[in-house]
Amino acid sequence: MALFVKSLCRAAVRPQLAALLRSTSSTPPPACRFLSTSARLMSQEETISVTFIRADGKKISAKGKEGDSLLDVVVNKEVDLDGFGACEGTLTCSTCHVILSKEVYESLARPTDEELDMLDLAFDLTDTSRLGCQITLTKELDGLEVKVPASVNDARQ
Amino acid sequence: MRRASTLCSFAKGAPLRLLSTSSTRQGPQVCVVGAGPAGFYVTQHLVKTLPEANVDIYEKLPVPFGLVRFGVAPDHPEVKNVINTFTKTAQNPRVRFVGNVSLGKDLSLQELQRLYHAVILTYGAEHDKSLGIPGEDLGNILSARRFVGWYNGQPGDENLNPDLSTDTVAVLGQGNVALDVARVLLAPIDYLKSTDITAHSLEALSKSQVKRVMLIGRRGPVQAAFTIKELREMLKMEGCKSVFRQDDFKGVQEFLPSVARPRKRLTELLAQAALDPKAEWLEAWKTAERSFEPIFYRSPAAFLPSSSKAGTVGAVKLAVTELQGEMSETQGVKNTGAFEDVKCGLVLRSIGYKGLPADPDIPFDSKSGVVRNSKGRVEGLPGVYCGGWLGTGPVGVIVNTMGNAFELGRLIEGDIKDGTINATTAKPGYLEAAKILDNKGVQAVSFKDWEKIDQEEQNRGKAIDKPREKIVSVSEMLKVVAN
Repeated sequence: MALFVKSLCRAAVRPQLAALLRSTSSTPPPACRFLSTSARLMSQEETISVTFIRADGKKISAKGKEGDSLLDVVVNKEVDLDGFGACEGTLTCSTCHVILSKEVYESLARPTDEELDMLDLAFDLTDTSRLGCQITLTKELDGLEVKVPASVNDARQ
Repeated sequence: MRRASTLCSFAKGAPLRLLSTSSTRQGPQVCVVGAGPAGFYVTQHLVKTLPEANVDIYEKLPVPFGLVRFGVAPDHPEVKNVINTFTKTAQNPRVRFVGNVSLGKDLSLQELQRLYHAVILTYGAEHDKSLGIPGEDLGNILSARRFVGWYNGQPGDENLNPDLSTDTVAVLGQGNVALDVARVLLAPIDYLKSTDITAHSLEALSKSQVKRVMLIGRRGPVQAAFTIKELREMLKMEGCKSVFRQDDFKGVQEFLPSVARPRKRLTELLAQAALDPKAEWLEAWKTAERSFEPIFYRSPAAFLPSSSKAGTVGAVKLAVTELQGEMSETQGVKNTGAFEDVKCGLVLRSIGYKGLPADPDIPFDSKSGVVRNSKGRVEGLPGVYCGGWLGTGPVGVIVNTMGNAFELGRLIEGDIKDGTINATTAKPGYLEAAKILDNKGVQAVSFKDWEKIDQEEQNRGKAIDKPREKIVSVSEMLKVVAN
């Protein structure tokens, strides 16, 4: 429930507030304090595994909590992706661009116009591209694999 | 006293053996000229991949960050979050920011080549293109680049004094810079007053009489260079309606199915705004007092003087153009022979930035304003590289510059690792540069010094509910550092 409301909030509010909602602290951010009871029902343990596949082929796995965005995971776990998340999750760049499988892409809520506007500036854009700062981890996404396209990260060696 | 404080500045950064007899440093010595995104991203790559390297980032101004500080519009603060990444890079003990030092004036390229294993030119494009048409020297015809510098606090642009007593402005060009200046002219003052826009420009804008801003481009809607986020902002701007010429959109909808998503979405939004605007926009536009007017297929041929204000622009004579060949994003135009005059009291020319050669030894293509280079290696100068707008031309947002800078970083890393650059012979790097600067009486500004300026700006801003009040004069910046 908390996640559903959170994603509604995210779609409707300005990017700065959206960033606040995606706060990685373990206490609910001020804007969502009214959800605090249900928020505490979300697991605060890092149980959701994500694997980032770099353009040079290297795979990096990391774990995140329910409610973390992919950008949160990269930042918190210091995943080695140069330049990822330059604007810190405020929907003003395209550097957290990831490519999902068709299945996973279709299982997620549609991206907003705001996200698509920034995604349009990304290199190697595909039909299953998303911005990592807009993808929230859920139990269903455990084992997720995402491709991180070339041009911004690593190499054509 | 000055000499002692300069010696102290030696001591910042990687450990210097001040009393040792060695006049060189261990590891590859690299210098970067220009502390904007290109400079910071290439530095980030090099310190990560070359654990022994020292990188000194020289910057003409006392303050770092280039266009992130001086180009990004005041109402787009999140775009400036990259400053946090750059700050982290600058605080690496093997990185030294050296502000208030100018290539060509304080240090020559030859000197840098002598002191460093690699010299990386990333000082961007500080000039802009002119049209070269009659009347261009009439009053109130200004470069959009300088107008941006005026509201963003670029030292030297604070006295631009644009005359905002006219009700109509013609912006020539249809890129993001053109959209930014249009937006700043059309936004309600309340929208701007809690941003980091400079005090002098906010004052002038609060008295502005400007009601209409035309955004004039030679080509059609399909070739528009601005991006969709900025267009959307403009369509929703409070108190402002968007007015299009429907004829400009002939053939556009037929073109749409054939084009990739980014261009498609932008063109769809433009066509919707022009031909079939959303009900919510129309509702807002009913009571709007200001207007945003994109005009396509018009190329400036001459500027005409005002009949009421001597020596000032009164109108632009526009040649009517048409597209040649089949419609495409990169299509060219030709003049039809017809003309149209549009009245205006202020012209902002936004047809592209241009680089300059900071040092006579830099091989430069003055037509394109770019250093002559092959993939970032400067022609004829081994060990000298260039990147960012200075190397690629002045096009692209931060993500493009980032990609280019990382690629350049990989190239230089490779050259050092495979011996193309011989980094085994020691070089003195900043040990020697500091002496040269000291002998010239140049006051180099360190990153810690910048942090003092940063803090002072934020303090001044706090008092008036702004994130910062930018200091716009170099001498005042240096005074803050000296205190």
